[in-house]
Amino acid sequence: MNLYNIIFYLFAAITLVSAFFVVTTRNVIYSAFNLLLTFFGVAGIYVLLGADFLAVVQIIVYVGGILILLLFGVMLTNKIVNVQIRTGATQILPATIAVGAFSGILISLLVNTEWKKVGTALPGASTTANLGMLMMNEYILIFELLGILLLVALIGAATIARK
Amino acid sequence: MIEQYIPVFIVIIVAVIFAVATVVMSKLMGPQRPNSEKESTYESGLKPIGTTNERVSIKYYLVAMLFIVFDLEVIFVYPWAVQFKKLYSQIGISIFFSMLVFLVVLELGFLYVYKKGGFKWD
Repeated sequence: MNLYNIIFYLFAAITLVSAFFVVTTRNVIYSAFNLLLTFFGVAGIYVLLGADFLAVVQIIVYVGGILILLLFGVMLTNKIVNVQIRTGATQILPATIAVGAFSGILISLLVNTEWKKVGTALPGASTTANLGMLMMNEYILIFELLGILLLVALIGAATIARK
Repeated sequence: MIEQYIPVFIVIIVAVIFAVATVVMSKLMGPQRPNSEKESTYESGLKPIGTTNERVSIKYYLVAMLFIVFDLEVIFVYPWAVQFKKLYSQIGISIFFSMLVFLVVLELGFLYVYKKGGFKWD
């Protein structure tokens, strides 16, 4: 068990344990804060895979943006603390069938996919520079279209919120 | 590659230890003689009014949503800025305009939200 494995299992444990608390805790605020740890654990795994830019984006966008939005959403809601959340098990038979089918699809994908084996070394330097080269050369059209996509999101957000 | 992250890791560990130790040590080492006055909510010396579960205004939500869009915009500027010198020597001045188009498209959205009154607080 080398250093990489130890770090991987550490971040995997952080992700899984906090994700477990996200779905089981009865307080929605605790749930949101556990989601923070889940995002953080996923960012750690990105770093381990050599995707450092993606890891920083994960921290900036998900932890810094989406989670704040989620917390505002929770805090906008009236009587959030005293609300009774049902966490018992209902509809066990349909749930078992649905989860079984979904797990089957996931496992068959996991087994049948031709995974890229890491025979090559991880990118040595930061990936940001390579991303910049690709974005400005091969994917320049997609990059400009992204601007329009963000514009649509911006106008949509403003329109919905100002009703 | 992964060795570069050791300082980041150390900072995170120190932050966690500091946060946990501050709470735990004050619980362990501080004297604890509670009475009803001490345990009441302290609110600038005034008697607290209402509950702590105040609803926040919907205005914060709009600001947060707009923040995410501009957050993403900045993220797409980073790789361009890191490679600007190299790209400039390869392609020339048009690399400046390709980013300008991206930014102008988003500034149009900014102007739209501004004209719609999206940044008005009341």
